[in-house]
This record gives sequence, C-alpha cells and structure tokens, in this order.
Amino acid sequence: MDKKGVYITERDRMAVIKLDSGYNIGVPPVSCTLISRAAPVTPQQPQIVQDDKLPTLAIVSTGGTIASRIDYRTGSVTSQFNAADILTAIPELKEIANYRTIPLATILSENMTPPIWQELARAIFHEIKGGARGIIVTHGTDTMAYSAAAISFMVDSPVPIVFVGSQRSADRPSSDNAMNAVCAAAAATSDLGEVAVVMHGTTNDDACAIHRGTRVRKMHTSRRDAFRSLGTEPIGTVEYPSRKVTLTPDAVRRGTREPALHDALDPHCALVQFFPGMSANLLKAYDGYHGLVIAGTGLGHTSTTLIPVLKQLADNGTLIVMTSQCMHGRVCDRVYDTGRDLLDAGIIEGGDTLPEVALVKLMWVLANAPDRKTAVGMMQDCLKGECTRRSTHGL
Amino acid sequence: MDYKALGLVAGIEIHQQLDTKEKLFCHCPTALRETAEHNGEFSRYLRATVSEMGEIDRAAKEEMKSNRMFRYYTYDTTCLVENDEEPPAPLNDEALAVCLTIAKMFSMTPVPQVHTMRKLVIDGSNTSGFQRTALVAFNGALPDGGQIETICLEEEAAQRVKDEVFSLDRLGIPLVEITTAPCMHTPEEVEQVAGYIGMVLRSTGKVKRGLGTIRQDVNISIASGARVEIKGVQELDLIAEVVRREVQRQQNLLSIRDELVKRGASVDAAGGTDVTALFKDTKSAVLKKAKKIHAIVLKGFAGLVGREIQPERRLGSEMSDYAKKCGVGGIFHTDELPAYGVTAEEVAQLRSHMHAVEPDCVVIVAGASEKQAACAIGQVITRAMIACSDRPVPEETRKMLETGSTAYMRPLPGAARMYPETDVLPVLIDDNRWAGVEIPELLTARAERFSAEYGIEKNYALQLASSDKLPLFEQSVKEGIRPKLAAFTILSTTTELRRDGVDIAKIPEQAYLDTWHAVQDGKAAKEAIPEIFRSIAGGSTFTEALAKLAPSVSRDELETIVRKIIAERKDFVAQKGMGALGPLMGVVMKEVRGSVDGRVVSEILRKEIAAVSGGK
Ligand SMILES: [Zn+2]
Repeated sequence: MDKKGVYITERDRMAVIKLDSGYNIGVPPVSCTLISRAAPVTPQQPQIVQDDKLPTLAIVSTGGTIASRIDYRTGSVTSQFNAADILTAIPELKEIANYRTIPLATILSENMTPPIWQELARAIFHEIKGGARGIIVTHGTDTMAYSAAAISFMVDSPVPIVFVGSQRSADRPSSDNAMNAVCAAAAATSDLGEVAVVMHGTTNDDACAIHRGTRVRKMHTSRRDAFRSLGTEPIGTVEYPSRKVTLTPDAVRRGTREPALHDALDPHCALVQFFPGMSANLLKAYDGYHGLVIAGTGLGHTSTTLIPVLKQLADNGTLIVMTSQCMHGRVCDRVYDTGRDLLDAGIIEGGDTLPEVALVKLMWVLANAPDRKTAVGMMQDCLKGECTRRSTHGL
Repeated sequence: MDYKALGLVAGIEIHQQLDTKEKLFCHCPTALRETAEHNGEFSRYLRATVSEMGEIDRAAKEEMKSNRMFRYYTYDTTCLVENDEEPPAPLNDEALAVCLTIAKMFSMTPVPQVHTMRKLVIDGSNTSGFQRTALVAFNGALPDGGQIETICLEEEAAQRVKDEVFSLDRLGIPLVEITTAPCMHTPEEVEQVAGYIGMVLRSTGKVKRGLGTIRQDVNISIASGARVEIKGVQELDLIAEVVRREVQRQQNLLSIRDELVKRGASVDAAGGTDVTALFKDTKSAVLKKAKKIHAIVLKGFAGLVGREIQPERRLGSEMSDYAKKCGVGGIFHTDELPAYGVTAEEVAQLRSHMHAVEPDCVVIVAGASEKQAACAIGQVITRAMIACSDRPVPEETRKMLETGSTAYMRPLPGAARMYPETDVLPVLIDDNRWAGVEIPELLTARAERFSAEYGIEKNYALQLASSDKLPLFEQSVKEGIRPKLAAFTILSTTTELRRDGVDIAKIPEQAYLDTWHAVQDGKAAKEAIPEIFRSIAGGSTFTEALAKLAPSVSRDELETIVRKIIAERKDFVAQKGMGALGPLMGVVMKEVRGSVDGRVVSEILRKEIAAVSGGK
C-alpha cells in the first residue's frame, strides 16, 4: 500500500514520515521512495513597530526559550530569540517596553559554566551602561538559580536584572513562558533594583513571584511554581494579567546601587553533599581546590571520621564553608562536639546561605578578596541578601 | 428525498473510550467522578503558538477571540500529568493492545513505528492545549465495501462542567478514533456503518459502556453546499436524523442565498453602529444590563434572518452562534422583535435611527464593553456576508443539539496542526507483535452461538450480544442460570420497567444474579421479578426486596394454602373440575404474593383438585 508524505528524519533505524493528515509514522527506510525534494520555505519575518514613549529593556538570552515557532509541515519546533519573533508570540510585551535582544548563548542550562556567567555579567553591565531601564535574562530553569546568584555577586546594578524561563515547553499553548515573560518585563520596568528570578507563584496563571537571586531554589522537577524563596518570603509579586507589581519593603529599590562590574571568578571550587558512610577518599580528591562548600547534615555536620581530612584540606589552603542540606535554617557548629571539632579544623560556617549559593559566592569571593582573611570575612558577611542576620518566625 | 441526487457524501469518525486499568499517558485510573468530589482547582490561559508561516491556526484564532481563563477540577484520582505539570508516562501498552485488536478486526495495516503527536486544541478541554494522538493503523474494510481510513489512539479530553470550567477525571482516558472514508450516501447508510463499527468495538469487551463513552462525529456535504463536521453525536439512533437535518440546513441556506441575491441584499462591512443611547430607558433586562449596544442593518434580509433552516434553528441562530464567540449572550433581530421586553416603539426608533426600510433587518448585540459589542457585531456582519455570498454554507465544525439539529462551534481546523510529542518515545509494532494479536468473536457471531446453544431467538440473541448487560448474561450462564430466564429479564423485563418509569440503572448487577438464583432455587417466582426490581430501584437491598415481596413459603405451607383455597371454593371446583385450575392459579399466586414458582403451584393445584373432584 502506498502513502505519500514528507520525510522528516531517521529515528531508531526507522524513517519518520509526516503524512498529509499531520500524523508522523515510522517506516523502514527501504520502503521509501523519493518523489521530489521539498522547496525550502523561508519563514516570514514579522515587522514590529516599537513605541518610543516606552522604556527600553534588554533581553539577554542564554538558551531558555521565551518564544518558539512550530513548523506544522515538518513538526519542528524552533526557539526564537529576536525581538520581532518574541513580540509576535507574546503581543502583551509591546505594551510594556521596547526591547533590545542580545543572543549570548544557546545552551541547555545544565551546560552552563562560570566563564559564561562572566560573559553574561559583562553583557548585562554593557546594557546597563547603555541605558537599559531593566535587564531580562532568559535562562533554562535547571541552573537558573546558580546564574542568578552569580550575577548578584558580579554586577552591582541600579536597575532590575530579571531571570526568567519556562518549566513547560514554550511550544505548548499552556506554556508558562508567556505569562512569565510578561511578568518579568513588568518587574524589569518596576521600582526593583536587584537581581531576581520571576516565575509562576502557584500552579495558577494568576501571579508570578519575584524571588531574590541569592535566596531562590528550584524545588520541583516539573511544576510551574518550582521556584521558591527559601528562608525568606519572595521580595514581590506580579499579578497577571493586570501586571501589577508589588514589592516588599525588603526589596532593593531602583537606583540604590551604583553600577559596577566585578567579573572575576575562581572556578576551582566545589560543592559536596555529605552522606552517611562517606569515604574520606572522596574528600581527598578535592586536594588543591581553592574552595569547598559542604552541604552537611542538620546544623552543619559531617561524620567525625572525615574531620582529619577536612583539617588537612584546610591546612593546605582550601577554604571550606559549611552549609546544611536541610535547606531551611542556619548552620551552627557550636552545639555539638562534631561541630566544634569542625570549627577547630578550620571550617567556616555559611550561616543560612543555600549550599549552591555558597559555592557561587565562594568562587566570587576567592577571586575578588585581596587575601584569605578578607575572604573568610566576606564569606561570613551578607553581601547581596544571600544570608540573613536573623531567622524570622514562620519561615 | 433523493440523497444521491443531492450529492450527499458522508463519513464518520467514531470515538470510543477504552476500559483500561490506567490512563493513556499516566498511571491514574480511568474512573469518572462526580464533580462534587473534586479536591482542588487551578486556573490557566491557553494561547496558540505561532507557526512557521507566522500564522495561527484559524480554528485556534477563533477560540482566542476572547482571552478566557479556564478552571480545572482535580481529584484524588488525577495527577500532575492531567494538570500539565509533569511530562507524560510512556504510551499505555494495554490501550495500544486493544487498539491493535480493533485494527486487526477491520483487516487494517499497522504502522511499523507508532509516533505520538500533539494536536492543537485550545478550547480549554486539554490542559496542555493539545491532545496527544497516535496513528496506529490504516486501510480497513467494512463488510458492505466501505473503507476505514485510519485508527488512532488518543487521550480523551476533559469534561466541561459549565462554561470555562472543566473536570479532569475524564482527561487522559484512552480513546480509539476510527475514521471512515467519505463512502456513505444516505442517512440510513451512515447509521448502519456507525452501528456496525460500534458492534465490532464492543466485541473486544475492552471498551467502556454507557452514555458518553462513544461519540460519533459526522462529516457531511451536499453538491453545492460545504463540508461540515458535526461533533458529539452520542446516540446511534440520532445519526440518521442529524444527517437529514444537515442536508435540510444546507439546502435552506442555499435557497436563502438565492432569495437574498434576488432581493439585491447587501451588508455594509463597516456598518456597525453604537445605539446604546436608544435603549437607555429600556425594559429589556438584557439590554438594560449591557454597557454597549451595537447594531447593523442587513439590507434586504427582512424575514430571512428569522426563517427556519432546520427545526428550532434560524439564520439568526447562526449569527447568534458567531456573536457568542465574543462572549455575548446572543443577538436580537427585528424579525423577532418586539419581544423579550423590547417594545414596538424601541424597534421603530431603532429602524429609523439605522435608516432601515421595510425589506431590511436590523440586528443588535449587547456587550459588557465597547470591545465586546464591536467584536460581536463584527461577527454578525461576517456571518451575514457569508449568507449572501457564492458559498453560503460555510465550512464549519458544529455541535449536535439534543434533538439532532446543530449549532456552530468553530471553523473547520486547518489540516496541519500537529507536531511530535517529544516526551513520548515511539513504539515499534513488529511482525511478531502483530501476529500475536488475537481477534475476539464478533458479537454477531456470538449471537448466532447463543441462538444455537441456548435456543434463544435470533433477533433476541443479537440484542443480547450487543446489550451492555452482555457480561452479566455470560456471568449468569457461568453460574448455572437458565439462559432464557436471564435473557428475558435483561431484554424484556427491564425494558418494560423502564417504560414504566423505573430507574433501571439503580439495580446493581449482583441483584440480577441474586434474583435469578432465588427464582431457580424456588425462593421466588419468576413472576415476582418485576416487583423485586421495582423495589430495589426504589432503594431496597435485594434481601429486603425478597423478604418483602416473596416471603419464602415451604411446600407444606403451600399445600396447606392450596387446600384451604380449594375448600373455600368447593362448589366451584366440583363444578369445573380441572377447569378450575386456571382461575385458582391466580388466587394462589396472589395469596403467596409471587413468592413461589408458578409451576410448583400448578403441580400442587392439579394434584389437590384431582383429589377433591375425583379426577373429573
Ligand atoms: Zn494522572
């Protein structure tokens, strides 16, 4: 029996054919005959008129998809990065601002690296100096919180720097991309003056939460409201569809900070999670690292058997910071003997800093502190809201 | 009517829910729930994705006219997959197996590798904004030479509770979609084919039963009309009527167009006018509530907007359906005014304000905002222009109304609105798997077997084989119930009770079995079955019903009763002899209130009468 269709690709040794009905089927490649080659179609380029009275936002894309297009003839989905495409997909954005788009990278966020954070920091700083009213960074959600923390330390900004992405793919009509992008643009034009992550506040399409870039964590693999502020409330909300931005008194306001770029990072740092029975040899592998963050148990512990190795690492110059895998609450190594022994071994308490934020901070501190003593002091200071001085009731 | 001469061409799509343990793309049960049982709600917007050509599908665009927020009910039997908050599980293999069985029953050719696609649906019935669907096999044959084009395995959509509220219990139940070629030419043929396919589906024993578990979509066109897809015909008996009424509708739209052309009718595309001020003191509740009222003059349309095109449907109904897409409740037109609280003076004022003359019809819409009213009057203009155009029957997707007439839903979807569901891996159907698919006995064949094995009359056997009580019948035979007793109860007794207004659905299947066993064990008479069922449907348990209606009477007690009755009618028995048996039978049965098998009563009566009358 003969069926006509368009050859799409090969998968598991089958030729994937798209039939006229729109369905794909897989058939053995030998059963296919070429009739003709499809003429390439150049996608229509939408024309967008921008409104001079609106502020200008810079959109720096790293690979998170803010808009995509579907070619229903082939079923292929492509991410769109230029302003015209984004505005065609999400027309509400036109009412908020004009946009300049900077395609920095097109990577899956798990492939993010400290050198790309540095490039990102420079690009953002360039846009701030160029007069952008706010910055939007599109980012895959997996490591968005790491990047937001990195930019928090590297860039002092008078304007909001808003990280945004989508948990559900941008090609689906239900995607959270559009609402997140609209809320991000609203936050980026608001009175905010710090680095933030703007994503769904709940599973509903009714409001986004504005999270401080150094206190946010992806807490669910797939839900829209995966991003949560830990140990603190979100610093604001953006209602949808009204786009009303509400900031807490705690949120840093626009214009508070002078623009500055400190883009040095020391990537010779690591984060390791302690687990019962962990071998000392695992820690020995970090010999020569400049910095090591441990996500310890409870108040900030490892087994006593690891303490000699940790002391040796510290003596050899590794700056070791203790955090807790509890995620909520602060470490305190003065309560139990193990903790006191860890302190004696030269380990620094990370307060209530989240483990991965402590890692990013350590990279930044080691590259920017003039000496070890200053570095230790900076690790214990709260620089960009990454830690709190007091643990408030109810959180 | 000569449908062949009219060029009637029809095809059907049958959607049948499968009775699998789990849903198609998650591990939730395929259980339908009462909406009152929902344990959570959430709300979402849907928006169409821009296609490569910078276009949004026209059906999708239509749905997006109003930016609606959808609300969804969740249950303890639904999960994050239904919420579109988690990637789908692999394609349910049990459902695929049923689909392959059906494909083989229609001698279809399976697809070597099945790919799940996303089909754009943004009316809110799918939380994701698409329906997952996979083409499993094609090219099947129907016994009368008709052709089945494809069979697809799809996920069922969420059930609309009301307006924009949907219930997630149904979302994700596996569904097979069977599409025939446009190979039918009369309404009766459509009904026959649908009936046959339904019978084949039920033969698998793996499909859900009951209202709403099977839906037929009908594609219809006549020579100078247009292709129209009618969605959601749930009852087989209505299919032929739906086809007849659609033909009627298309013919009437054609003749209205001819009349409009003759009259030189016209519609000013930019003629929408704000007439809110005219109705500031109106008594009409609808108009009073409206923020903005817009009007349009349809030149030369008088009398035609109100003309019936199929039972209970007018050209005005079509315009109203179009306008409703903007969120308004409907339209008013001067063919039906004054009415609904709109006075004759108001109509006169409206006509004069709009410079309408006698052959014209004025249509008004009441909107909650300027935008809504303008959108709605725009839709009326669009539909009116279609009515007097070269193609007065628009290609549409329509929904069936209760009686078999239809209402406009949306334009026919564009052909290409599918792209791969990348979260679901393709499934290989190799030769081994296909060869191993076993074909179950067709219900028609089963009917012949019933007829031959149990002596059940042929027509009766066929009814039984296609009844949704077939599993019950088979169970009863397995339990040693006389097949004729079970068949009679299932087909006749219940039908009579239903006609009497008894809610048969309230009788659990176990009660059928218990009742039959009671009859066979002599604890209840066959004649008592209707009363027992009536009582159970009214809320009694089987045991209560039996105790109330059929107190057990032992043979000794029965003999005593019979002797007493004969003694009381000694003269009558002496006079009639065995001829008294019939009349006394009724008296005894009444006395024991149907709790004894009639045959036993008759046997004892015969013996006792013989004893009294000396065998006369
Ligand atoms: Zn589920």
